[in-house]
Amino acid sequence: MMENAWIIPLFPLISFILLLLVGKRMKQSSAHLGITLIGLSLIFSLTALWERFSAPTFKATFDWLQIGDVVLTAGYEVNQLNALMLVVVSLVSLLVHIYSKGYMHGDDRFHVFYAYLGLFTFAMLALVMSPNLLQLYIFWELVGVGSFLLIGFYFYKNEAKAAAKKAFIMTRIGDVGLFIGIILLFWQVGSFEYDVIFDAVNAGAISAGMLTLIAILIFIGAMGKSGQFPLHSWLPDAMEGPTPVSALIHAATMVAAGVYLVASLFPLFNASETALMTVAIVGAFTAIFAASIGLVQKDIKRVLAYSTVSQLGFMMLALGSAGYVAGVFHLTTHAFFKALLFLAAGSVIHAVHTQNIDEMGGLWKKMRTTGILFLIGTLAITGVPLFSGFFSKEEILLAAWVNGNPFLFLLALIAAFFTAFYMFRLFFLVFTGDARGDQRHVHESPSVMTIPMIVLGVLAVVAGYMNTPWFGHFLGDWLTEGTTLYGPSHIEGPKWIMTAAILVSIAGIGFAYLIYFRRSIARETFSQGAPHLYSILRNKYFVDEIYNMTFVYGTRVISLFLKYIDEFLVHGTMKGIAAASQQIGRLGAKVQNGQTQTYGAVAFVGLAILIIIFVFTGGYIG
Amino acid sequence: MSGVPLSAYLVLALILFCIGLYGALTKRNTVIVLICIELMLNAVNINLVAFSKFGIAPSITGQVFSLFTITVAAAEAAVGLAILIALYRNRRTVNIDEMNTLKN
Repeated sequence: MMENAWIIPLFPLISFILLLLVGKRMKQSSAHLGITLIGLSLIFSLTALWERFSAPTFKATFDWLQIGDVVLTAGYEVNQLNALMLVVVSLVSLLVHIYSKGYMHGDDRFHVFYAYLGLFTFAMLALVMSPNLLQLYIFWELVGVGSFLLIGFYFYKNEAKAAAKKAFIMTRIGDVGLFIGIILLFWQVGSFEYDVIFDAVNAGAISAGMLTLIAILIFIGAMGKSGQFPLHSWLPDAMEGPTPVSALIHAATMVAAGVYLVASLFPLFNASETALMTVAIVGAFTAIFAASIGLVQKDIKRVLAYSTVSQLGFMMLALGSAGYVAGVFHLTTHAFFKALLFLAAGSVIHAVHTQNIDEMGGLWKKMRTTGILFLIGTLAITGVPLFSGFFSKEEILLAAWVNGNPFLFLLALIAAFFTAFYMFRLFFLVFTGDARGDQRHVHESPSVMTIPMIVLGVLAVVAGYMNTPWFGHFLGDWLTEGTTLYGPSHIEGPKWIMTAAILVSIAGIGFAYLIYFRRSIARETFSQGAPHLYSILRNKYFVDEIYNMTFVYGTRVISLFLKYIDEFLVHGTMKGIAAASQQIGRLGAKVQNGQTQTYGAVAFVGLAILIIIFVFTGGYIG
Repeated sequence: MSGVPLSAYLVLALILFCIGLYGALTKRNTVIVLICIELMLNAVNINLVAFSKFGIAPSITGQVFSLFTITVAAAEAAVGLAILIALYRNRRTVNIDEMNTLKN
């Protein structure tokens, strides 16, 4: 099957093209087409993964372009990481396709939505199969286009339009870094192929300073896509898109592309101490930064968005702490439980028609299935033992500790505490207590929506067991099989870290329980006790405002300046030339008035000029 | 040999030619314009005769040529005046400003 893996991204592409052509006539049945084709992708992905367990990495390339001595190749590769990502992407995509059939029911542009989903899934699947950086970059941008189209799906809403543009531009800032990094790498190594690059890195063909520069530039690309500080602020705004899209793109797959990029280029980062350190620091800072904002947000999707940013920070921290397996492991488990949380949130929004958690409450009785599934997702992300997030988060903490930076470890621990607190705050406010809004028409979502959530719920519990300290590190052994490029399959660390992780989670849950369920601590204690801090957090550290005042304003001033140059200098010169030739023409027209005398005068003047020239130059001009 | 040099004749011819040109280009009466054209022709004749007598290679050809010119000029004046009379009968004016049918 691995030989035919190229067919996997082809199904969503077919879905995209067919729906563009005939979607308008298919209406609601366009969902069936999309679901069937993505289903085929999933089946092929699963087979490819299954074969990869026993067979070696499969790679097929063909010559694409030849420029001088350089041959650019294109192709596909199925290695451990790629096979894992293929399954994660096609699985979440399939579930989101099914879920959307209920969620988007009755939308006028139903078929367009499915077409865009197909385009995105195609780009994402092709991205994770790319055997070289150039191909990766092409699909990297295509994924961005898919994201742009889907965030701006409700384009008649101004917020959605602005969010789509913001997402595109901010990720583009990162992409520029990535692009320069790739070009530098090509300049140094002369190839885009991963193998060639890694060989060159191992052989020490690139100087240390250049290596660090390249790694950091590539990491900037990853920061843009994965919403790492300071390029994070597009991700919460991207929640203007339909909720299934948030689950697929802005939680499980596309935002993980940055983590995937760092993971697949891990040997490159591993060769530079500074680059790894940068990744770790940015990751840890983003983790705690976003988690602290998540503590006070009132929009259910925004809390989840900040939680996504924070979890991506955890993954980066893991990779930066040389915990390759931990990062990829958390990427996988996070894809499942965060997609679950988003789909459950979508189910809630679908029922109550608001995103403000102050207008929810008491939904547990009315939406039992959604409630239970949301609780499973919450427990998983919080890191409660036996759920998947527990195992992956513990791996990350281990990596951070063993790598010898207690400060980053502490940051991660606090971020984990915040995570537990804000997730349970969300859960208690939405599902328990009294109904605070109009809930007369609230009902459980149809089974087409609940079944995908149940599947994800099961995965959110069991996905952790592929890499546990108790039943063996199957995932880690498999990911690092036959190579030393990615470091050890498992990091051994002191046993107390697991205890600390559990304690921190339970402390967070406990606080949330006391404040939002038992109400034994007043909700206002914090907001009134530290009003300034509260206001800073409510306003997301004023990052958007600062960007507005500096970058946006600066760009506007420069643009205005350039506009005037264009208007007066360029346009003015052009207009002057046009006016001059027009005047000369008018003069000529005036002379041609039909009177012989004028014609005679003109002829005479012309003759006189010729004679003068003749006299002064002896008959030669110039 | 008279003491009048070639340049004096040429200057005379130049002055005559310029007067003729000025009149031909500025006068409103068509008859005067015709007369001015004759003046220019005659300036040329002076040149021809002057060169035939005092030129680098004096020869009788110049004087013969000027006789031809006078003949042609007479014919030209006759034809020109005939056209002018026809025009006057047609238009009831000899004002050159109104004779602008070259345009369009």
